Amino acid sequence: MVTFNLLILVSLAYVIFLFAVAFFAERRAQQGVASWMRAPLIYTLSLSVYCTAWTFYGAVGYATRSGLEFVTIYLGPTLVMIGWWWILRKLVRIGRTHRITSIADLISSRFGKSTALGVCVTAFAVIGTTPYIALQLQSVTLSFDAFNGTGRADEQGLQYTAFWIATGLAIFTVIFGTRNLDANERHHGVVMAIAVEAVVKLAALVAVGIFVVWGLGGGPMATMAKIDASPMANLELQTSRWIGITFTAAAAFLCLPRMFQVMVVENADERHLGTASWAFPLYMMLMSLFVIPIAVIGLDLMPAGANPDLFVLTLPLSQGREDLAMLAFLGGFSAATSMVIVAAIALSTMVSNHIVMPIWLSTQKDGATVSGDVRHVLLRSRRISIIAILFLGYVYYRLSGGGAALAAIGLISFAGVAQFLPAMLGGIFWRGATRVGALAGLSAGFIIWMYTMLLPSIGVNGVFPEAWMQGGPADLHWLRPRALFGIEGLDPVVHAVFWSLTLNTAAFVIGSMLSFPSPLERLQGAQFVNVFDHSTGPRGWTHSGAATEDLMMMAQRILGPDEAQTLFHAEALGQGKGAVLPDPSPEFIDRLERELAGSVGGATAHAMISQIVGGASVSVQDLMAVADEAAQIMEYSNQLEAKSTELQRTAGQLRDANEKLTALSVQKDAFLSQISHELRTPMTSIRSFSEILRDGANLTRPERAKYSDIIHAEAIRLTRLLDNLLDLSVLENGQIDLQLQSGTLGQVLDRALASSGAATENLRITRDPDGDDIALETDLDRLTQVFINLITNAAKYCTADAPHLQIRITQDGPVSQIDFLDNGAGIPQASQSLIFEKFSRLSDQAAAGSAGLGLAICREIMSKLGGEVRYLDGTGGTAFRVRLPTGTQIAAAAE
Amino acid sequence: MASPREPLFLGRDGYRRRRLTDAARLLPLVGVILFMIPLMWGERDGEGPATARAGLYVFGVWLWLILCGYVLAVRLGQTDTSVDKEDEVTTGSEPS
Repeated sequence: MVTFNLLILVSLAYVIFLFAVAFFAERRAQQGVASWMRAPLIYTLSLSVYCTAWTFYGAVGYATRSGLEFVTIYLGPTLVMIGWWWILRKLVRIGRTHRITSIADLISSRFGKSTALGVCVTAFAVIGTTPYIALQLQSVTLSFDAFNGTGRADEQGLQYTAFWIATGLAIFTVIFGTRNLDANERHHGVVMAIAVEAVVKLAALVAVGIFVVWGLGGGPMATMAKIDASPMANLELQTSRWIGITFTAAAAFLCLPRMFQVMVVENADERHLGTASWAFPLYMMLMSLFVIPIAVIGLDLMPAGANPDLFVLTLPLSQGREDLAMLAFLGGFSAATSMVIVAAIALSTMVSNHIVMPIWLSTQKDGATVSGDVRHVLLRSRRISIIAILFLGYVYYRLSGGGAALAAIGLISFAGVAQFLPAMLGGIFWRGATRVGALAGLSAGFIIWMYTMLLPSIGVNGVFPEAWMQGGPADLHWLRPRALFGIEGLDPVVHAVFWSLTLNTAAFVIGSMLSFPSPLERLQGAQFVNVFDHSTGPRGWTHSGAATEDLMMMAQRILGPDEAQTLFHAEALGQGKGAVLPDPSPEFIDRLERELAGSVGGATAHAMISQIVGGASVSVQDLMAVADEAAQIMEYSNQLEAKSTELQRTAGQLRDANEKLTALSVQKDAFLSQISHELRTPMTSIRSFSEILRDGANLTRPERAKYSDIIHAEAIRLTRLLDNLLDLSVLENGQIDLQLQSGTLGQVLDRALASSGAATENLRITRDPDGDDIALETDLDRLTQVFINLITNAAKYCTADAPHLQIRITQDGPVSQIDFLDNGAGIPQASQSLIFEKFSRLSDQAAAGSAGLGLAICREIMSKLGGEVRYLDGTGGTAFRVRLPTGTQIAAAAE
Repeated sequence: MASPREPLFLGRDGYRRRRLTDAARLLPLVGVILFMIPLMWGERDGEGPATARAGLYVFGVWLWLILCGYVLAVRLGQTDTSVDKEDEVTTGSEPS
């Protein structure tokens, strides 16, 4: 018979062994030779903190009551692990990138490093975990008691045992959980001890299972037959519970603070997740493989009324296998202690980072730069938190009296922490999730969870009047805790999980949609959701006036002098500054914040840095400035674009002008040869005829007169040519004096027709008498000259068989338009821009005496008179339009 | 959020790797469906499933899932999970 003292001795020896393992691992880690401790296997085994004493002992009891349903507790986590590519991979990446220290830190960091959310999650986690710790104390206490055989300890004795267990666990946790504020909150010693405990639990349960199946059951086939024959054979699977509990377990697996601690915070290498994705389900499968055989054989062999929750222990004991019972006891002890240790570490980190530090910071009037070691504050607060949490667990155990109510605690705790799920998943997959939404969802979920699950469980008589359970508070029937909104018949657990998570999610989504996130929230949201796109993330800190000395002082107090100096020195070297302090560049401050976040959590690190750096990292003003800059750049580029099109247009105009110039130049060359020809022809005939006159003494009188006439005519032609040239030159240089006279348009036209009469013998001219009496106040002589020119042009160049010129006068407001339309060939489009240039002539068929100056002169005159002359297109012949302001405007325009 | 650097078509290795991750994503959904099947037996037989039979089925599926998870994890590990993004981009830069 194992005595109680021997049991205590064995437990103590086991604890000392764990101490040794933890101590050894810690030392190896410090020496930096801990590569094998970061093996994927260790990581997988450390995940086994999921399997607590509740599952170690309780699974068998659960199986006797509900048959196969107990596996749902493991199936949920199995599906999460198998689906690691969905969620866990992202969680671990985010955790490593942002130095997340706990689930409270994750949610708080995601939603703009919000202190309020950190406090909220921490408080809920403590509320949700405390009963669970009580459950572990109860399991260990009961297992101690089981060895007493029939002589059960009284209530007092049990509580006495529980107290010492709690104390022992507190000491162990304080020693190994708060040895240092490791950069990433990794606890090599603790993880190693937990891995060892994981092996012990599995070995114990498998050993008992093998003993039961082969030793007592007579082999697998016989055991199967026994299962079929047992009262458990036809326990029906309830659909809602099967699905509901699988889901709850999966959610809790992700959200439990202790699971987050081992899965994300203690993760040393992302690739370990790949191994754990199949290895941990395997572990869980082995843990549950023998549960049903043990339950069946236990029901068969043990006396009626024996507690099925302790079959793992009592079955070997009843068969006289005390060695096996001792192993089972150690397995249960391991399960309980590992859960309590990790949960206490995780919770104490959350409490110190999200409750104690903000309070401490706000009480420090001088901000984060004052002297005094923050590390002491942190470590002390963590140690106190651990002790307080274990004490709370013990108090809960005593209050609940260790009754049957505790059996349901595991699921209640699961459902409680599952309330973190919407905020967590929403936070890492949905950029639109906001702080307001997360707070609303968490609050709604927790209130409903407490109302429908926690409060009814702790005592129908105490907190919750019986009348409420039956009829709802204040007789509001639809508010009954087990039948919200009048929906009855649901299993209480499924009912609570369904309503709390549904309303939680609804509040989260609606709150997120209706609120607007702060700039920091949006930055963090983008970094969390797109963690795989940019693992390094954009920088947050802008121009800072931070003194490196202040940062150094603060870093020393959090990271410790050595680590801080190493960090600063490395940065200084990286900046190429040798041994002096590095510049407080945004990159460096950002890195420092992440280092600090590894010790004190994102929100606190952010607050401390911002106290030194001054102001929030990204203010709305900063964003506005950035937006402004962008707008300016866009405007500038728009301007550039406009300028470039303008340049293109100008270039096009220049090209046109150039083409025109080239064409003119060609024309001019042609004209020069033309004009020399023109000048030469009369000169030649003048010279030859004057020679004839000089030398020909025997010329008759008529001959003499004829030759003299020729000489005279040629001289006149020459004079006219030179007159024209002179005229144009004068006009172009603006040295012209207008002789203003009064008259009518009709008079001017009459004069022009009369003057050109000789030249226009073959031209039929029709004139519209309309507008003849329009009064003019202009240089009538010059105007006449223009008209003569246009009329003689028509006479000269009209190629029609019966040349016909039509003169039409129209009035366009204050402007008179005189059109000269003939029935000639017209002027091709390409030449229209050239005809008004001087020296331009379209063809060689020009009549003698024309030097191509007429139209140029016309244009000059008209512009002097304040009007214009231009070619009219599309009349079927050649047409020119003279536009002339009539009345008083002329004088002003012609200045 | 698709990065503009991502190629439209991947090389054979990158392609194979994408399909592996697809499988890894699909596996838990298959698991969910398989684990729900025992719930439907009851309706067919008119009485609850025998614990032993359902137990064998559940553990069988469990083991199968673990084996699939193992194969996938090993294959994904061989193609190196740590820098999958760059991996995809570099292997995908050659036309497929």
